[in-house]
Amino acid sequence: MKKFRALLLSWEMLLVVLLLACIILGSMLSPYFLSGFNFYALTSNAMEIAIMALPMTLIIIAGEVDLSVASVLGLASVVLGVLWRDGQPMWLAISVALLIGTLAGVLNGVLVNWLSLPSLVVTIGSLALFRGLAYVVLEDQAVSNFPASFTNLGFGTVAGTDIAWSAAIFALLAIVFAVILHLSRLGRQIYALGNNKEAARFAGIPVRRIKLLLFVVSGLLAALAGVILTARLSSARPDNGVGLELSVVTVVLLGGVDIFGGRGSLPGMILSLFIIAIIQNILGLMNISGDIQSLVIGLLLILSVLGPNLAQRIQITLARRRLAAGRSQSV
Amino acid sequence: MTTMSPEVACAGKRSQRNQSRLLGVVSRVRELGLLIVLLLIILMVRMQVPRFFSVDNFEQILLSVAILAIVAVGETLVVLTRNVDLSVGSIVGVSAFVTANFFKQMPGANLLVGILLGCVVGCLLGMINGSLVSLGRVPAIVATLGTLNVYRGLDFVFSANTTSQVNASDVPASFLALATTQIFGVPMLIILAAIIALVVGYLLRTSRTGRQLYAVGSNPAAAAMIGLRRNWLVFGAFTVAGLLSGLAGVLWAARFATVDATAATGLEFQVIAAVVVGGVNIFGGSGTIFGAILGAIVLGTLQNALNFLNISQFWLQAIDGGAIIAAVLLDAFITRLLQRSQLLKRKKQ
Repeated sequence: MKKFRALLLSWEMLLVVLLLACIILGSMLSPYFLSGFNFYALTSNAMEIAIMALPMTLIIIAGEVDLSVASVLGLASVVLGVLWRDGQPMWLAISVALLIGTLAGVLNGVLVNWLSLPSLVVTIGSLALFRGLAYVVLEDQAVSNFPASFTNLGFGTVAGTDIAWSAAIFALLAIVFAVILHLSRLGRQIYALGNNKEAARFAGIPVRRIKLLLFVVSGLLAALAGVILTARLSSARPDNGVGLELSVVTVVLLGGVDIFGGRGSLPGMILSLFIIAIIQNILGLMNISGDIQSLVIGLLLILSVLGPNLAQRIQITLARRRLAAGRSQSV
Repeated sequence: MTTMSPEVACAGKRSQRNQSRLLGVVSRVRELGLLIVLLLIILMVRMQVPRFFSVDNFEQILLSVAILAIVAVGETLVVLTRNVDLSVGSIVGVSAFVTANFFKQMPGANLLVGILLGCVVGCLLGMINGSLVSLGRVPAIVATLGTLNVYRGLDFVFSANTTSQVNASDVPASFLALATTQIFGVPMLIILAAIIALVVGYLLRTSRTGRQLYAVGSNPAAAAMIGLRRNWLVFGAFTVAGLLSGLAGVLWAARFATVDATAATGLEFQVIAAVVVGGVNIFGGSGTIFGAILGAIVLGTLQNALNFLNISQFWLQAIDGGAIIAAVLLDAFITRLLQRSQLLKRKKQ
């Protein structure tokens, strides 16, 4: 019974309720909301965010943050575009883009480890650096003559269904990440890292190696998201995905991951991913522009940290008052 | 609390005093180093392009840096308290649009009313940031990443409901004159930025509140223990940062004349780059306004030099990013080096 009540009151349950509310709201606002095509549009729009949110969940649980993901995405997109424009085969362009993303992750990881700099500061710098490099490579131009076999990665669906290819890739990755975080030793070590880095180090957990690994994976998957976004927009531009780090961080924090590390789950993140995808979809169906959509996402980001903080404060105040009341009675 | 033997307590006090002296040395070394870097840049560009070295061009550099410098002064206060304000670019944008739109709707309005309006808007937005961080206990980076987008979104909503763009011909000439007026041959923008930097720099150095900002940033727990009102100080820092960004927005509108909802997008990175390059420690507690201004001037000179050297302006953002990383690395490196030498000294004793 106690367990049941805890489940009912958990953050994930709140997210399920929120998700249902969003679905009901959406179907009331537009007759097209519950169509198969809209499901396809909704998921394929959110998959770049989703793919970057997987490693971000692990990174934030480990007590770090990677603000540079959207810039790595942009850089990978531009590198892919330039190589294709210069006549390189597509497989090579994609591989080099992924490699660049991985290297960007290595740079972040090494900087965070070396001199133990806080990842927040390092990745604010690399956010500007990688986006700047994307502009240096392609300036104000765009590459858009991609072959159909490539753009299919962004547009196409798995044969006979309304599931986008990018969604299938995300589903596979999500399973891998869920197993790692929730069932493997590495997953427990990531939680330990986020709870107390010193204690984790004294317990023999290879703190530096795990941090490096997380940032490298984050870079690699941000580059993969860059490849997918380039395919979906059929366009490689240096400003691809500007500001997406907001959505990624919001998805993770709304999913119940503690910004100070040590707590959170992948199922929570995936629930919140769909909530945000649906909210964006509804706003899109209502013809609300992207800039105003990010206003809503920004509010959600603040609320998802502010809400639990305030709730905790109220709880503490109430408990204190109860204690004080009990004491005065006993006197 | 455990009792400390007098020797241990004394040693602790001494090491703390050494530490604060150490931080002072670091910031002085940083500022001197930065001056040398600035001179080197100027000399190197001058060798390549002699006409770079002219009074006119230096005035141009200072003019391009002035607005950024005003925002950097506010950001310095926030960074000193071990926080960061990512939303300054959006505040400048909102204030610029609100002010320009005000003059478009009411061309006959008093100049001062418009300026005050922009400042009040900035101040209010700064107060929201401050409340989120101090009362709401939301980490500054998350709170201001959120408000960066919220404020920009509000800017878009507001501009969509009024006029999507304000042009130079829409606002009174007296407003535009704010940016072009010269006093004794020096543009007023530069004088204004210099006055703000001097006043805030002086207060930060000598006033009680100024010293308390340093204390809160260098050791929040200790600051709370000696009774500093941390919440108020952090709130105040964000509010002043908002106020100065609001003023910068007014000047932005006057200088560029054409304002839409995208004004000053991405300015936050230039501001943060200027502040950390100027030796304001991103981990709080050390740095000066003078340093931050120097940082802004170095980056502005670099930007100007790119023009003269025919290097693509697209390098700017990459340079800002690289400068942030390099400055943070340098800070951490110097601090560690000095700590190590201090340890060695103590061992010898």
